[in-house]
Amino acid sequence: MRKKSFLSLSSPRLDYRNFAGLPGEPELLPPPKALTLHHPGRFRPAKAGLNIGDRVRRGQRLAIYEEQKEGVICPATGTVSAVGPFIGDLGRPYTAVTIAVEPDGEADDESAGAAGSLDLETAGRFFASLPGAPDFSVFFDSETPIRTLLVSGVDADLFVATNQYAVRRWPKEIKKGLSALSEVLSLERSVLALPGDIVQNYASVGATETVGVSPEYPSGIPRLVALAAMGEPLPAGDSMAEAGIAFMTAEAVAAIGRTVGTGRPPAEKIVTVINKDGGKRLVSVVIGTPIRHILDAAGIVVEEGDRIILGGPMTGTAVYSVDHPVTPATDALMIQAGKDIVKTSDYPCINCGECNRACPVNIQVNMLARFLEAGKYEEAEDLYELDACIDCGLCSFVCVSRIPIFQYIRLAKYELNRIRSIEEEEHE
Amino acid sequence: MSDSKKFIVSHAPFWHNGSSVSERHFNMIAAALPAVLFGLTQYGGPALAVIAFSVSTAMIWEMLLSAAMKRPQTVTDGSAALIGLLFAMLLPASSPWWLVLTGTFVSVVVGKMIFGGIGGNPFHPALLGYGILLVSWGDYFDFNEALRNYDLGFDMLYPLWSVKFFGPDAVAHFSAWDLLAGQQIGGIGATFGIGLIAGGLYLIARGFVRWEIPASFLAGVFVTAFIFHAAAPDRYAGPLFHLFTGYTLLGAFFLAPEDSSSPVNFIPMLIYGAGAGMLTMLIRNIGVYVDGVVFAVILMNIANPLIDKIRPKAIGKVA
Repeated sequence: MRKKSFLSLSSPRLDYRNFAGLPGEPELLPPPKALTLHHPGRFRPAKAGLNIGDRVRRGQRLAIYEEQKEGVICPATGTVSAVGPFIGDLGRPYTAVTIAVEPDGEADDESAGAAGSLDLETAGRFFASLPGAPDFSVFFDSETPIRTLLVSGVDADLFVATNQYAVRRWPKEIKKGLSALSEVLSLERSVLALPGDIVQNYASVGATETVGVSPEYPSGIPRLVALAAMGEPLPAGDSMAEAGIAFMTAEAVAAIGRTVGTGRPPAEKIVTVINKDGGKRLVSVVIGTPIRHILDAAGIVVEEGDRIILGGPMTGTAVYSVDHPVTPATDALMIQAGKDIVKTSDYPCINCGECNRACPVNIQVNMLARFLEAGKYEEAEDLYELDACIDCGLCSFVCVSRIPIFQYIRLAKYELNRIRSIEEEEHE
Repeated sequence: MSDSKKFIVSHAPFWHNGSSVSERHFNMIAAALPAVLFGLTQYGGPALAVIAFSVSTAMIWEMLLSAAMKRPQTVTDGSAALIGLLFAMLLPASSPWWLVLTGTFVSVVVGKMIFGGIGGNPFHPALLGYGILLVSWGDYFDFNEALRNYDLGFDMLYPLWSVKFFGPDAVAHFSAWDLLAGQQIGGIGATFGIGLIAGGLYLIARGFVRWEIPASFLAGVFVTAFIFHAAAPDRYAGPLFHLFTGYTLLGAFFLAPEDSSSPVNFIPMLIYGAGAGMLTMLIRNIGVYVDGVVFAVILMNIANPLIDKIRPKAIGKVA
């Protein structure tokens, strides 16, 4: 919990710099005995192209379901020990593949071949599960042609240092990744967003433009990075892809650069580990490593009633098990002591307006929250600009009544999406 | 590490700035205390009785109503206590017990609970209670009559009454400093201007009161009083007199900025405050009531939902 200051003449300010000091080189953790990979898609035993006992090799592309363009690159050599369903955040279905790791197993050179003759199809197939989880689906699905690549060298959440580490440590790899992507994706622009204080050092990394991002939270949130990069806000309700922009993190671009350069896709993810006391360190772990492994290595003891968060304090996701694996998108692992947890409440809104003043995009949150509490999602969008929300969580952070406003917002967006996709299906 | 450990799973964000409803209300009560304590030194035992009875009955009404409506008990959040305190601060020290009891009933039950409790009230509950009682038993709110047995060593006529019926000459002997220092009669907690200003500045600095409302309210009073005074100096008192008498300061810092019944957007807050200040002066100078703060704020409370529609478009919204 961050207390507000005694005097609060100005609106709440959370500064990335207060939390974001770089903690030095990451500690390399040895691979665990078993890895779990979350392959997108609902588990369908009959169609699964992978069975218990199959041998898999590092660098091999695991294609579980044939029709999917995206695959998962196996991060270690070993034997499949379990395949089963997993339900992620917001009910997203995954197929969980557990691999018993063989130390010193030989690598596969399938991706090396792919990196040699790169086209969009192979990029999508081989890069999507690299550290940083670059999203290639937008290139396949978007109706708007995507001509701009936005690479974020800042971290969306407070405390997280993963992307900042990537831009400082891997400028050459980022350059290589950018040039490969520009070619494959026939980009017109590539914009590299960086913390404002180091932006002038990065003129030569190959991006057509660099842009400095304010150090004040939530300017590292992707849609606000896009605002800083494009000079104008994305139209509310449109995804970045609909605006013709693809978004990737610097870590992802660096990983692509390394794959292209060496022919070996990196399997290690940089994770910022945030301890209960706010101390942090970087670790480099194989994707799929269970959280338990990191906690043991870092000497963090979790107690009953603590909170384990994948991601940072404002936008992360709490998980219920230390067996949850590190995914390609896990930038941080945060452990919060039970005593520091502020519980949300079912108290009514007292209309103090703190949320309105905290909102970075000027949404009338006090009214929005009333509609969301009543389940009036469509009215919330029509009348109170739900679709302009950028998911920063500041409204919940400042709420005097401790209403879980951000949770209501996410639920509403999820429900509206669900309703719309059902309507579209019925229409077809 | 045992697998049986259970962790707390909840939605982001996982931090909170630590603010709470009770913190807010207890700070408002604390900020009102200087003015209340001054009132106690002036009016003694009867004032203490009115305040204690008002606060306690306000809390009891809320408890009873919560129980009757089968809703969670909210009395510990300080809201009812604050309403009781503010209501008592408006009253003359000699108010009879039944007046206080009825007033807190109207404030808490009619003003707040039947609208669904905290956050649902369209008016400031204490003002609604005071307004309804003023219309019903106006005689008990005549400060000259109510405080006739007190002699505190200064002019014991209510300044706003004097100026309304005898013109500015009748109050020429009140210096602005005397008024600020509480050398005037009035509500228990409404006369000590320095204390009210100090409390109000404390609330603004801590972020419990939005500065736009008190500032625009006082500006509205000042400008309107100035215009009246400039037009007819022999009939209307000057702006400073009106700033420091009656309920002006109490209204600016404690009554008008009540969360639920006031706007939250910037321009609406300015309109709301300035409107209330202007109406105050219109009622004082050409209305039938001696003081206009209570009805001015209630009127602007009514307009609040409409005014608060004036708001900036969200970033990214077109058309």
